[in-house]
Amino acid sequence: MGNAVRLPLALLLLVALAACSSNRAKTPDAAETMTPPVATSEPGVVATPLDADGVVGAGMAAEPNEGVVNLPPELVDRRVIYFSYDSDTFGPAEIELVAAHARFMANRTGVRLRLEGHTDERGAREYNIGLGERRAQAVRRAFSLNGIADTRLATVSYGEEQPAAMGSDEASLKLNRRVELVYAAQ
Amino acid sequence: MRDRSSGRGEGVRTRCAVMAMSLAAILVALWPARVIAQLQVDITAGVTDPIPIAVQPFEGDAAALAQIVAADLGRSGRFVIRPRNEADYLVTGRAAPSNAAASVGALAIGFELQNLLTGQTLLKETLSAPAAATRQAAHRIADRIYLRLIGQRSAFATRIAYVIVEGLPPQRRYRLMVADADGALPRVVLESRRPLMSPAWSPDGRWLAYVSFETRSAAVYVQDLRTAERRAVSLRPGVNGAPAWSPDGTRLALTLSSPTGNLDIHLLDPRDGTLERLTDDPAIDTEPVWSADGRTIFFTSDRAGGPQVYRMAARAGERAQRITFGTPYAARPRLSPDGRLLALVVRDEGGYRIAVQPLAGGERRVLSRGPQDESPAFSPDGGTLIYAARAGGSGTLEAVTIDGLVRYRLQSPGVDAREPSWGPFPPSVP
Repeated sequence: MGNAVRLPLALLLLVALAACSSNRAKTPDAAETMTPPVATSEPGVVATPLDADGVVGAGMAAEPNEGVVNLPPELVDRRVIYFSYDSDTFGPAEIELVAAHARFMANRTGVRLRLEGHTDERGAREYNIGLGERRAQAVRRAFSLNGIADTRLATVSYGEEQPAAMGSDEASLKLNRRVELVYAAQ
Repeated sequence: MRDRSSGRGEGVRTRCAVMAMSLAAILVALWPARVIAQLQVDITAGVTDPIPIAVQPFEGDAAALAQIVAADLGRSGRFVIRPRNEADYLVTGRAAPSNAAASVGALAIGFELQNLLTGQTLLKETLSAPAAATRQAAHRIADRIYLRLIGQRSAFATRIAYVIVEGLPPQRRYRLMVADADGALPRVVLESRRPLMSPAWSPDGRWLAYVSFETRSAAVYVQDLRTAERRAVSLRPGVNGAPAWSPDGTRLALTLSSPTGNLDIHLLDPRDGTLERLTDDPAIDTEPVWSADGRTIFFTSDRAGGPQVYRMAARAGERAQRITFGTPYAARPRLSPDGRLLALVVRDEGGYRIAVQPLAGGERRVLSRGPQDESPAFSPDGGTLIYAARAGGSGTLEAVTIDGLVRYRLQSPGVDAREPSWGPFPPSVP
C-alpha cells in the first residue's frame, strides 16, 4: 500500500478528528494504556524500559519560562554571531555587536546571558562540541573585555546538534556556525 | 432536556466520531503494523560469487522465522537465497510449543542445515525461545549457519542503538533508539526535546551511556535498558561528553571542559564518582575509546592544528603518541574487537569518509563513499562497520564489511538517523 493512498487518508482522518475535537470530552490518550514510562524530573524527557511497548512522548511539559528581558529594538534581531569554517575568531562588526550587548547588560544588572556555541554539520560530532565550546568561549572573553562579570555569563556547546538552517549548502552551513546570545532575567 | 445548541453539538460529535472511526479503521488496515518507523535494509553491494542457499518455511506455523534467517544470510552479502533446486545448501526447520512448564508461549525451534550436493547434514540443533524472543532465536540460527559455512562469527543476534531526530523546532524530538541489528523491533528508550548524542553500550549490553542536553547543558547519563532507570553520572559546568565504557565495565572515559573551555579526557568511576584527569593539553582532546585490554586510550586531539588520532596509556601523566598522518582531518576513532584495526573519520577529496588502518602499521583504506560520513562502529564480530551518512539533509545508517565487499543501508524515509552504536554479543544460550 503506497503513500499515495495512505497520506490522503491520514489527512482526512486528521480533518475529521479536528472537527470533533472542539466539543470532545477528554478521553484517556494512548499513552495511558501502555506500560508507564519512567518519568524524570526534566520536562520533555521520557525514558522507557526496553521491554515496554516503546511508544512514548504524549503529554510533554512546556518549556520553562525564563522571564522577560526587554532587549532594545536594535539588538532584538542581532543576537547571533557568525564564524567562518573551523574558526573561533570574529571581525570588527561582531566585536561592535558584543560591545552593544555589553552596554545593555551594564545597565541591567539582573540580566544573565547564556552563550550557545554551534558548528555546521561536517565532521565528528563530539569534536564539533569542542569547536562550539571554543566559539562560545571566544564570545565570553569578548564580553569579559567589555566589563561583564563572568558570573553573569554561561557557555554551552551544542556542536552540530541544533542547526539553525537544515540544508547542506554553503549558505546553510554558514548560518549554522554561530554563537547565539540567550538572555535570561533573574 | 437539552437545549438546541448542545443537542446539535451532540449530533455533530456522533457523526464526527463515526466518520473518524471508519477512517481510522481503514487506516489501521492499510498502515504498516508498526508505530516507530523501522529501518529498512537495502543491500547495495555483495560478494561476486555468493553461496546459493534455500531456506524453506519452517513447519509449525513458523514461516516468519525462516524469513528472518533468509534475510540475515542475504544481508551478509555472502549468500544468495535461491529455490531448493538452484541451491547448494538447504535450511529446514520446525517450531513447536515448548513443553517446559514455566514458559507459556515459548517455542522449541529445531533446524537443520544440509549440503544438497553431498546430502550431508551439517547442522541439526534445537533452541528454545520465550515468546518474546523468537526473532532472536532466528538470528541465532542464522549465526550458526554463517559460522558453519563461512567459518567466521557473525552478529545477526545483536542489537544497535542510534539516535533519530524528527520535526523542526519547537516540535523537534530527539529519540534514543535500540533495534535488532537488522533494524527490526525499534524501541524508543529515551525521548527528549533537546539533543541526545553519543550512545555507548556497556560491555554486558545492559546499560547505555549517552549525552543529553535536557537541562540546557550537556550531561552524561547511564540508563539501565531493562528498567529505564537513568542517572546523571557527569553533570559538571561546561562540556560533559563522549562517554566510553572500559572493557571491564567499571569505568567511563569521557570529555570534560575547564572553566575556560579546554576539553580534556577524564576517567570516571560511575559508582563512586571518582574522577581522574587523563589528558592535559590546551587543545580539544575528546572522543576517547579503550583498547580491548583496557590499558590504552585512543582519542581525537587538535593539538597539532587540525584533528588527528592519538593513543596513550590509560593513566594520568602518560605521553600521547600521534598515529594518523597524511590527512588534514582524522577523528572519532574506534577499535576492532581484536584490537588490530582502527576505524575513523578522515577528510579527503571525497569529503568526510570512514577509513580503517592497521594499528601495527600499514596502509589506511577508505571504505565509505562520503561526502559526509561519520560515527563508525564495529560489529562485535569485527567484520562490519556501521556508520552514519547524510543525503538530502537527512541521516541514514550504512554498513560495510571491513574488506569493503558488502554494503547495505538501514533507512526509513523521513527518519533522520545518526550515531549508530553496535551492542555486544548476547550471553550465549545455556
